[in-house]
Amino acid sequence: MEECTSENANQAYILRMENICKSFPGGVQANRNITLEVRPGEIHCLLGENGAGKTVLMSILYGLYKPDSGTIYFKGKKLDIHSTKDAIENRIGMVHQHFMLVPTLTVAENVVLGQYQPWKVLNDMDKVHQRIRTMSDEFGLDVDPSKVVQDLSVGEQQRVEILKALYHGADLLILDEPTAVLTPQESEHLLKFLRDLANRGLTIIFITHKLEEVMQVSDRVTVLRDGRVVGTVNTRDTNPRELARMMVGREVLMELKKAKTEPGKVIFSVRNLRVKDARGLEVVRGVSFEVREREVLGIAGVSGNGQTELALALAGLIESDFDEMRLDGQLITKRDLQRLNRLGMAHIPEDRQKMGLILPFSVAENFVLKTYRDEPFARRGFLQFDTIREYTRSQVSKFSIRVGDIEEEIAHLSGGNQQKVVVARELDRQPRFLLVNQPTRGIDIGATEFVRQQILVERDAGAAILLISADLEEIFALSDRILVMFEGRFMGEVPPDPALVEQVGLMMAGKTVQTSG
Amino acid sequence: MELVPAILFLQSILAATWRMATPILYAAVGEVFSERAGVLNIGLEGIMLIGAFAAYSTAYETGSLLLGLVAAIISGLLSGLLFAVFTVTVKANQIVVGAAFNMIGMGITGFLYRAFYAESGKILSLKTFLPVDIPVLSSIPFFGEVFFRHNLMVYATLILVPLASFILYRTAFGLSISAVGEHPKAADTVGINVLRTRYVSILIGTSLAAIGGAFLVLAYADQFVEGIVTGRGFIALAVVVFGGWSPWGAMGTSLLFGVFYALQLRIQAMPDVLIPYQFLQALPYFATLLVLVGLTKRRVRAPKALGIPY
Repeated sequence: MEECTSENANQAYILRMENICKSFPGGVQANRNITLEVRPGEIHCLLGENGAGKTVLMSILYGLYKPDSGTIYFKGKKLDIHSTKDAIENRIGMVHQHFMLVPTLTVAENVVLGQYQPWKVLNDMDKVHQRIRTMSDEFGLDVDPSKVVQDLSVGEQQRVEILKALYHGADLLILDEPTAVLTPQESEHLLKFLRDLANRGLTIIFITHKLEEVMQVSDRVTVLRDGRVVGTVNTRDTNPRELARMMVGREVLMELKKAKTEPGKVIFSVRNLRVKDARGLEVVRGVSFEVREREVLGIAGVSGNGQTELALALAGLIESDFDEMRLDGQLITKRDLQRLNRLGMAHIPEDRQKMGLILPFSVAENFVLKTYRDEPFARRGFLQFDTIREYTRSQVSKFSIRVGDIEEEIAHLSGGNQQKVVVARELDRQPRFLLVNQPTRGIDIGATEFVRQQILVERDAGAAILLISADLEEIFALSDRILVMFEGRFMGEVPPDPALVEQVGLMMAGKTVQTSG
Repeated sequence: MELVPAILFLQSILAATWRMATPILYAAVGEVFSERAGVLNIGLEGIMLIGAFAAYSTAYETGSLLLGLVAAIISGLLSGLLFAVFTVTVKANQIVVGAAFNMIGMGITGFLYRAFYAESGKILSLKTFLPVDIPVLSSIPFFGEVFFRHNLMVYATLILVPLASFILYRTAFGLSISAVGEHPKAADTVGINVLRTRYVSILIGTSLAAIGGAFLVLAYADQFVEGIVTGRGFIALAVVVFGGWSPWGAMGTSLLFGVFYALQLRIQAMPDVLIPYQFLQALPYFATLLVLVGLTKRRVRAPKALGIPY
């Protein structure tokens, strides 16, 4: 630490955010007295769980929010930022987690959007196209200025976002969870690219909650928790375990204990399943698989390769076409949710807020969403509120769900706690076949650890589990077998051997790989 | 029918088509601006009424049609300002505010009309904009009648539509409008003032709607009648959708409506037709709808943020 301070004295900071406070209506304290210092030309990671205040802090810097108090110094001068325009003019660029591109406009139109006076006639778009091509070549971004954004892949859109920021002129580039939407190879490529940019003198702030990325890409890390700075450390002086502890505030189990089990009989099987999406395009193109008891079958893949539709079809929520489907030995012939439920299927959906929960309902009401018609929650058509409350309280304490009052609207709970409610509800029915889609997306480490553990408990108790996830780490940690999905088909099956991560990554990108063993 | 009367019949219908389409076209082009920026103004009907009344009373009192038109534009801007304050600044529900405007427009113009102009014995008609024959071209048989003998407000649509198209697709402002209607947050992050862009788009929309209303008293009928707009504001809303949120699309669709409207008028005027006139009056609305539902294969998507306050 001593050395660090002496270094500070000599080395100028390009950015210093001092005592930033920000609260939102409703009393949420997003930033509490945060001080952040960033050196020129470094990659500085901002690490923290969801809701730690990372994005809010950077949104303040980028002019999207006004801080309640605090000062910002940029390049040695006090900076007053009232709008994003001020930020852009001061050469601060930001790549948002949810892309800020207008899907119906072309790449070039998106790049110049907001850059001209309103009455400017767009008669020099050829020059803009030329400049984008030149920059694209210079940075190796491979961006075509004439393409319409909605026709681009997620990875391409992200490169457009980066190019947009560079085009506007940036000395400081903020990236908010940029790898969340990328394949492992794309992420790798992005991290290398950012290192390149930093070597050219650009300063980069990289928001993330993934420890491996921090270790791989950054020079220094500032960890946030509950809107406060826990500390700033040099990356080479720290390790993932320490960072996790700073981030969560306690020791975290980095590795799950997965007991060896012997899979039993086939619980669920489907042959030649085909599913169409809402537009009528076939997005699941003839897949077959089976899941046995005491087994987790993982389906890996980049989001949007048919996993969503696969899950919805299996859960009986949309129509599908298949040669044969069996659940617990029984033939499934038509879409019948009630029957699937009776045969012991449980579903933890991808989007808890749209499908798993009814947000304006209370915690207790959400707990009995599937069972409120049955004894003991209803008698002769009347809800038994005491029983429901009793039951909810016991579940809340059993799964240690942080909730103020069980009559509270579930919308007020954090993502992690909402997910715990869904998991608790589905697992309480002791399913034979558990369908899990993206169980830990957007929830904090603590809840992630808990949810994953529950899935393994369920496996050991004899359930057959189908796990769909775009998170490779999760797939490898939980699965007994892994199928890789690309454009509606399975690319092959691999065992969860950590040495095969790279191979799975290639398969996720559509490359056929010899699967041995 | 013999050949010559048939051609004359067709000529009279087509000659009226463009004129019938004009008030709807003004309102629809305006609404294209508003909706592309993400604001749905279903209050067009009311704003057209207000514009019609403002134009009529001013033109009647001053004797100047031009001043009447100016008054309509001012009334449109004021209505638009009020609409924008509620829908953009206060973020009220656009449908509710729009519905309120329809009722306000009906009530206020009806009240003022009765208060000032409903006394008997007064001569209430205006000298409307007269057809301007384009030299030479207007004497071409058939086409002269159809295209080159209209009044100025009809011809003006030939400037309005390309101009609107140019602004929307070829200027930085047009780009901002699309961005604000598609993904307002993205527009915000590159420094576009979302609220101001929506204000301006709404004002363009309401002033054009008011001009459309003014057309009805200054260049079509020669006086104000309660409820003179008779649903054209609602037709304009449909025209925007079927025209795929583009000015040229709006023009095509308005003309389609105009054809049926003119046809219906002709049939009413025929002595030996026994269809009740209420059915005939419904014909253009019904026919336009049927044709468009049949014709629209290529679905153009509505602006994504349409109707959502920012």
